Amino acid sequence: MSAQTGSAAQASRAQPVRYGSMSRSRRWALRWSYFFLVLFAAFFLLPPFYMLITSLKTSAEISAATNPWWVFSPTLENYIELLTTDQYLVFFRNSALVSLIVVTLTMVISVPAAFALSRMKFWGSATLATGVFLTYLVPETLLFIPLFKIFAEVRNLTGIELINNWWVLLILYPTLTVPFCTWIMIGYFASIPKELDEAALIDGATWMQTLTKIFIPVALPGLIAATIFAFTVSWAQFLYPLAFTTSTDQLVLPVGIVTTLIKGDVFNWGQIMTGALLGAAPPLVIYAFLMDYYIAGLTAGATKG
Amino acid sequence: MAEVSLHKVVKRYEGVEAVRGIDLTIGDKEFVVLVGPSGCGKSTTLRMIAGLEEITDGAIQIDGTVVNDVPPKDRDIAMVFQNYALYPHMTVSENMSFGLRLKRFPKDEIRRRVDEAARILNIEDLLERKPRQLSGGQRQRVAMGRAIVRNPKVFLFDEPLSNLDAKLRVQMRTEIKRVHQQVPVTTVYVTHDQVEAMTLADRVVVMNDGVIEQVGAPNELYHSPRTRFVAGFIGSPSMNFLRCKLDREGEDLMVRLADGVALTLPAESRERYREHVGRELVLGLRPEHLTETRPPRNGEVVAPFPAVPDVVEPMGMDTLVYFRVGREEVCARMDPSANPRVGEPITLAANLARMHLLDPGSGLVLGTRPTG
Amino acid sequence: MSQTAQASSVAVPRRTMRQWLKRPSTIAFLMTLPLILLIGLLVLYPAGYAIHLATLNKGMTRFVGFGNFEFLFGRETFWMVVKQSCIFAITAVVFKAIIGFVVAHFVHNIPSKGQRKWRGMLLVPWVIPPAMSTLAWLWLFDPSYSAFNWVLAQFGADPVPWTGDAYWARFSVILVNIWIGSPFFMIMYLAALKSVPDQLYEAALIDGANWWQRIWYITLPMMRNIIAITALFSLIVTFANFDIVRILTAGGPLDLTHVFATWSFLVGIESGDIPLGASVSLFMMPFLAIAAVIILRDVVKRGSQA
Repeated sequence: MSAQTGSAAQASRAQPVRYGSMSRSRRWALRWSYFFLVLFAAFFLLPPFYMLITSLKTSAEISAATNPWWVFSPTLENYIELLTTDQYLVFFRNSALVSLIVVTLTMVISVPAAFALSRMKFWGSATLATGVFLTYLVPETLLFIPLFKIFAEVRNLTGIELINNWWVLLILYPTLTVPFCTWIMIGYFASIPKELDEAALIDGATWMQTLTKIFIPVALPGLIAATIFAFTVSWAQFLYPLAFTTSTDQLVLPVGIVTTLIKGDVFNWGQIMTGALLGAAPPLVIYAFLMDYYIAGLTAGATKG
Repeated sequence: MAEVSLHKVVKRYEGVEAVRGIDLTIGDKEFVVLVGPSGCGKSTTLRMIAGLEEITDGAIQIDGTVVNDVPPKDRDIAMVFQNYALYPHMTVSENMSFGLRLKRFPKDEIRRRVDEAARILNIEDLLERKPRQLSGGQRQRVAMGRAIVRNPKVFLFDEPLSNLDAKLRVQMRTEIKRVHQQVPVTTVYVTHDQVEAMTLADRVVVMNDGVIEQVGAPNELYHSPRTRFVAGFIGSPSMNFLRCKLDREGEDLMVRLADGVALTLPAESRERYREHVGRELVLGLRPEHLTETRPPRNGEVVAPFPAVPDVVEPMGMDTLVYFRVGREEVCARMDPSANPRVGEPITLAANLARMHLLDPGSGLVLGTRPTG
Repeated sequence: MSQTAQASSVAVPRRTMRQWLKRPSTIAFLMTLPLILLIGLLVLYPAGYAIHLATLNKGMTRFVGFGNFEFLFGRETFWMVVKQSCIFAITAVVFKAIIGFVVAHFVHNIPSKGQRKWRGMLLVPWVIPPAMSTLAWLWLFDPSYSAFNWVLAQFGADPVPWTGDAYWARFSVILVNIWIGSPFFMIMYLAALKSVPDQLYEAALIDGANWWQRIWYITLPMMRNIIAITALFSLIVTFANFDIVRILTAGGPLDLTHVFATWSFLVGIESGDIPLGASVSLFMMPFLAIAAVIILRDVVKRGSQA
């Protein structure tokens, strides 16, 4: 009995010291973590920050030999100029139209397909699901040349001119968005318990009703994630519009900025950075408001299914 | 109200037979429980009745119509699932009325039926809540409410209580029985829990390995099981099975166990077992029929049974005693006042009026008619 | 006996055409039809057509068999592109993985209250369209006004020819790719880190494992799958990258930073030799196929486990 109290007292004497040293090492680990996080955040946020700085400068200040990391006479000149020129607004309109229509098309194609593939077994459904995944891995850089030639052939055969029209992108972008969205929707739908659609089936719902009244509401977070993905991919796509559209009134934002604001060797950096920042704004705003959905969609691609 | 009948129903998955040709008729308003270990085909059978699984062979009739190719929604059935399967984005009343709304019932009729079901189930206060705001028992009630509002010909329950904790399970079991008395509908109920089966059922169907082992009222299955499987499955702790030899000694028949234990059979069972004299058999004796020595009650024929307890488990109401006969472990159920101790030899009383002798090869209980 | 008679008297009605149309498999097929058409017409057909194109002469009038490939094998630029693509992809993926892993650990280390904020900031490079952010880098690397060179000059260092010199240009291209891609790794690894049960670390702590041993014996094995699949995904995307090289260097100086995508664009679209461009891009196929097969094996394996 006395030995027990003795050892307990020893333990209680020893404990504060050990506890203190552990918490001290923990505190240091935390400090180092913050230190490196600040470093990495500086590295990751530097280019957008520099975009913002440059966009607030006059051409004179940009070409002056002053400290480039500081704005001495801030101005909104670049913004006003860009937003009042028709050209930039056309790019913006084209980008917005293409992205919104592609998002709609993508959802209309991929949600029913994902539902069928995750719930209704039919001949070849497993192969098709794997095929969807493989298609998602096919990069656009592999397809743009044959597609270019195919669209030229379509014109020769039917007289419909596809190349150099902004709406050709409506045909091209779904090849990038649909496989991924279908794939992550398969994952989200698969996580809905099977009993739920059986209950709906017994309640008298048709397959379509089960999809619209049960699956879509229940998998809404996944649907939002997929929508965000489709939008950001459409908005950011660079190769297809560069290859398939050339007239300035048919260009979308990324290509428009790169090809028209860079005139020969004359770089109007103030306007380029302003244009780029405004071009980056829609995805950034969506990200700021729907970050959790954005990240869920990002991780779902590789971990679901 | 309807009768459900299964005729030589077979279910094959990729060559494996999950259900191997079962025949069963469930009467109007009858409460039938399908019970058996997991993988015995009971859930598959229920799902075939629901129309969630295609029937490989044979036929299922509901109310006289063959429903093999009738989709679930046209079979006029309702089903309660193990995980409740409530629609998470709908309120309780939306959950309950979903089926009626799909069938475009008038609004006030839907309202009336939902209120009625809510009243029966005591969930009137929960109608505007979402499923995630409910406890397990409440979700279970809502799932039943969803079935009741449909006013179907047949209720199907697929292990509805398995996700509840032990206390709630007992409570909900009573609730289900009460609801069936208030709303008498033909009911098929699947469970792996034999206590649930015994307490709820008008008739219990014991399934094993894709076939029906025995159909009968709860007490019938307990007292006269026809196979070793049923004998072992019904009752808890389960029946003891001991290898034995049936011998004749003068007029008496006796079973000889390992370790020299010999039990003399009661006179009235002599006739039943006479033809098996001299054979190696299996003695089946429930723990509750192997007790401390006490004055025999009505109809008991007791024989002394020596034992040395290995493990003693006090349960409160009685004490379970485990000991060995030869290499086989035997369980006896004693009164706590007998106070058995590990390692101290005792003499138990075996109630031989309630014992069974089984054929070791076929597993059939001797002296009963085999089922088809 | 009576039961048998009953069974045979119960006739099972035959299926009609209408019922066939209502069958789940038919409905399912109709629901996937747009997807099948899209994949077939806009992915599979062009992929096959690329192989056909690669066997034609420049005017696409004559079958030349392996002529285009023979021509490519004889050109120094082609081998440079192969080399550069591999260096670009492998270096970038390795650094992205390391940075992603390290940053994920730091984020995981801090109190969970602040994690959301940091995670949100650190993912910004991934959210900005690559073409837009590469423009910012292009401006940061500007030969005469480079903001980096200004900083270097403050320390008395010589200006760095970020995009002008072959080696620096390669470095710059890879740096931008790392900048864009490592946040993705960070997010994936962070999700993986969070999925490791705390009990495992507690058990290891009780077993006397130190910090390094916990990472080596618990974190890494538990994250192995995610690490592998993220790296392979990124390898495919990086290998086929177009935007960064196109905007930052356009392949220069002297074609030394071209990768498959930018070079095939130059040859196929800008110089108008579609068959040769198709041949160049086809060389990506075996690399991508190997990575895809490895990923697919893992995906199928996990599918069967579920």
